[in-house]
Amino acid sequence: MNALSKLLWVGIAVLGAIALAIVALSRGEMINSVWLVAAAICTYLIAYRFYGLFIGHTVMQVDANRTTPAYRHNDGLDYVPTNRYVLFGHHFAAIAGAGPLVGPVLAAQMGYLPGTLWILAGVVFAGAVQDSLVLFLSTRRDGRSLGEIIRSEMGATAGGIALIGVFLIMIIILAVLALVVVKALAGSPWGAFTVMATIPIAIFMGLYLRFIRPGKIGEMSIIGFVLLMTALIYGRSIAESPTIAPYFNYSGEMLAIMLISYGFVASVLPVWLLLAPRDYLSTFLKIGAIGALALGILFVMPPLKMAAVTRFIDGTGPVFSGALFPFLFITIACGAVSGFHALISSGTTPKMIENETQIPFIGYGGMLMESFVAIMAMVAASVIEPGVYFAMNSPSGLIGTDAASAAAKIGSWGFVVTPDMLTETARNVGETTILSRAGGAPTLAVGMAEIFSNVLGGKALMGFWYHFAILFEALFILTAVDAGTRACRFMVQDMIGAAVPRFRNTESWSNNLLATTIAVSMWGYILYTGVVDPLGGINTLWPLFGISNQMLAGIALVTCTVVLFKMKREKYAWVAALPALWLLVCTLTAGLQKVFHDDPAIGFLSHASRFGDALAQGKVLAPAKNIDQMRQIVFNDYVDATLAFVFVLVVVCIFVLGLLEIRRARANDRPTMREIGAEHAGLAHA
Amino acid sequence: MREAITNLPWKLPDAGRLKTLVARIKETSRLMVGIPDYDRYVEHMSANHPEQPIMSYREFFDNRQQARYGKGMKRCC
Repeated sequence: MNALSKLLWVGIAVLGAIALAIVALSRGEMINSVWLVAAAICTYLIAYRFYGLFIGHTVMQVDANRTTPAYRHNDGLDYVPTNRYVLFGHHFAAIAGAGPLVGPVLAAQMGYLPGTLWILAGVVFAGAVQDSLVLFLSTRRDGRSLGEIIRSEMGATAGGIALIGVFLIMIIILAVLALVVVKALAGSPWGAFTVMATIPIAIFMGLYLRFIRPGKIGEMSIIGFVLLMTALIYGRSIAESPTIAPYFNYSGEMLAIMLISYGFVASVLPVWLLLAPRDYLSTFLKIGAIGALALGILFVMPPLKMAAVTRFIDGTGPVFSGALFPFLFITIACGAVSGFHALISSGTTPKMIENETQIPFIGYGGMLMESFVAIMAMVAASVIEPGVYFAMNSPSGLIGTDAASAAAKIGSWGFVVTPDMLTETARNVGETTILSRAGGAPTLAVGMAEIFSNVLGGKALMGFWYHFAILFEALFILTAVDAGTRACRFMVQDMIGAAVPRFRNTESWSNNLLATTIAVSMWGYILYTGVVDPLGGINTLWPLFGISNQMLAGIALVTCTVVLFKMKREKYAWVAALPALWLLVCTLTAGLQKVFHDDPAIGFLSHASRFGDALAQGKVLAPAKNIDQMRQIVFNDYVDATLAFVFVLVVVCIFVLGLLEIRRARANDRPTMREIGAEHAGLAHA
Repeated sequence: MREAITNLPWKLPDAGRLKTLVARIKETSRLMVGIPDYDRYVEHMSANHPEQPIMSYREFFDNRQQARYGKGMKRCC
């Protein structure tokens, strides 16, 4: 480093330290969101330059002369050497989703500070480390998937356990994402109409792309975008029309049934008809909306109205139950560390890397970008009046169903809000109510509407911006529901096929329909319990999702640790081992608390026994209205408890198998990892 | 004046660089939805596998679409 660049890095460090100090230490007065953004960007720059590159050069010891799979198997299709900036964009688009937007919004109930600190520390020491290490492992193994890497490095048992883990996380993700859509669209004709309009629009685009102008993605996307915006604008007239609006006014239960049937139909249709065109729209809309949000925040520089830390760090918060440790660390998964990325980093990206030296940029750098999306979501949630935030995110079981009771209850928690403010916010965004719209998307939409309307359109356009944000999330989630159900169907066929080989035949329609039915009914059941859950569903299901996602991250990081030991790099194994241990502690504590905690708001079993005892005496506890619902609640509690417990078991098994594998690696005095394509180095591990 | 501009410590984007930039943005957007560069595929096939048939753009497009979505995607949350 020359003097000039040293000076530059000192400058970045000083600016970052000042920004972090302002974010962390200011109490009582509002701070500007610019400080949060500055603290994040400085942290990312320093982390990339000094930790990301250290991991690349010293821990992985990337080799610029080693042929990557993109060259070894170049076929112009899957394996294509790709410019690193282009590949960065591809990788980022694949990892960025609804997760980093929802988690931080929920975590804002503890104030913006705890969530922000975890997003920053988590990404630097866990999330980006995982993404880049898995990308490295996969690049050295012909772009094999995480499951295959686990099987070859840790054995078939570990591979099988990981497969079950991945399947469960898919089911939970689908249920929770669908729940987010239900929460956003229930009783919202404008939103429901626009989101439903995306289906005929996508089908039209699909036909256009296949028969009218084959393969012209660019013009197809522009036409689709124009149609979407038209639907969005006319959605307001629909919502205001007393004759048409009732046709688009659905209850949560109806929306759940519609989504479940939709998931079934959409996932058996040919992909070019609905899935592909909608994915194009949602991908471009997502990247566009993320870019617009970044520009909006930099341009408007809104002050943060949420306190740095609220009283709810004690675990009594209405949005999710449980204390800061461990529940903050599972509420914010994507954006800090997300196990799901391990599947992406061992998917298409490693097949396109030109040179190993680009792994830190794409793997570590891509995750830093994702983390920035989470920071922006935190900003969007914190620029709203805190009272409005709690009204939107607290279950109706706590705050009631009208503005007056909600304002009174939230006032008693110490957040000033009047019933007028609540009704006016709803009116501004073109809704009849904003109460108990948990799930992140609506809150984010209000935050984004707040920010965007400052740039363009003022109050008049707030409704448009709100529904634009809802549309962008819903579109993305519908794509995930469709594609995810399809992925689950193949996993079901694979798993059952292990016992009944005939079931593996994916050409058979009966196999296809049966496997799809199994996949849909699994996530559909969980979705439905979430919709009828008196605590609003998100409160119950988001922690399960967080635990499963962090469990997968734990599995990935244990695998990375094991491989580092097998490579005889144990000196640096702490890079993966420390975050793996942290995730182990978080998922085990959270998982066991979800099962066994005495507080019925947290522990599934104590909740079940409270309702079970009442049931035994023939009593009906609110929100259940009759004995049948009481039985249903108890049964759901047992299902949730079982899931949480399975996650705990999966983590423990993988951890123990990892330790055994490390012991075996240490007993051997030669590297024992199974890489592919090391001919020039003379280490041929086939 | 011309000289003063070329002496700047940074390069002004000339037409060629701008064209590359636009091409890269286009390539990135297409790859984001799973469609790699068709020209490069044709180039690769004719250079390395002249004996094999080369897919038309339409076949190439269908092939890539099926590869991306056929078995479902594990999309991030």
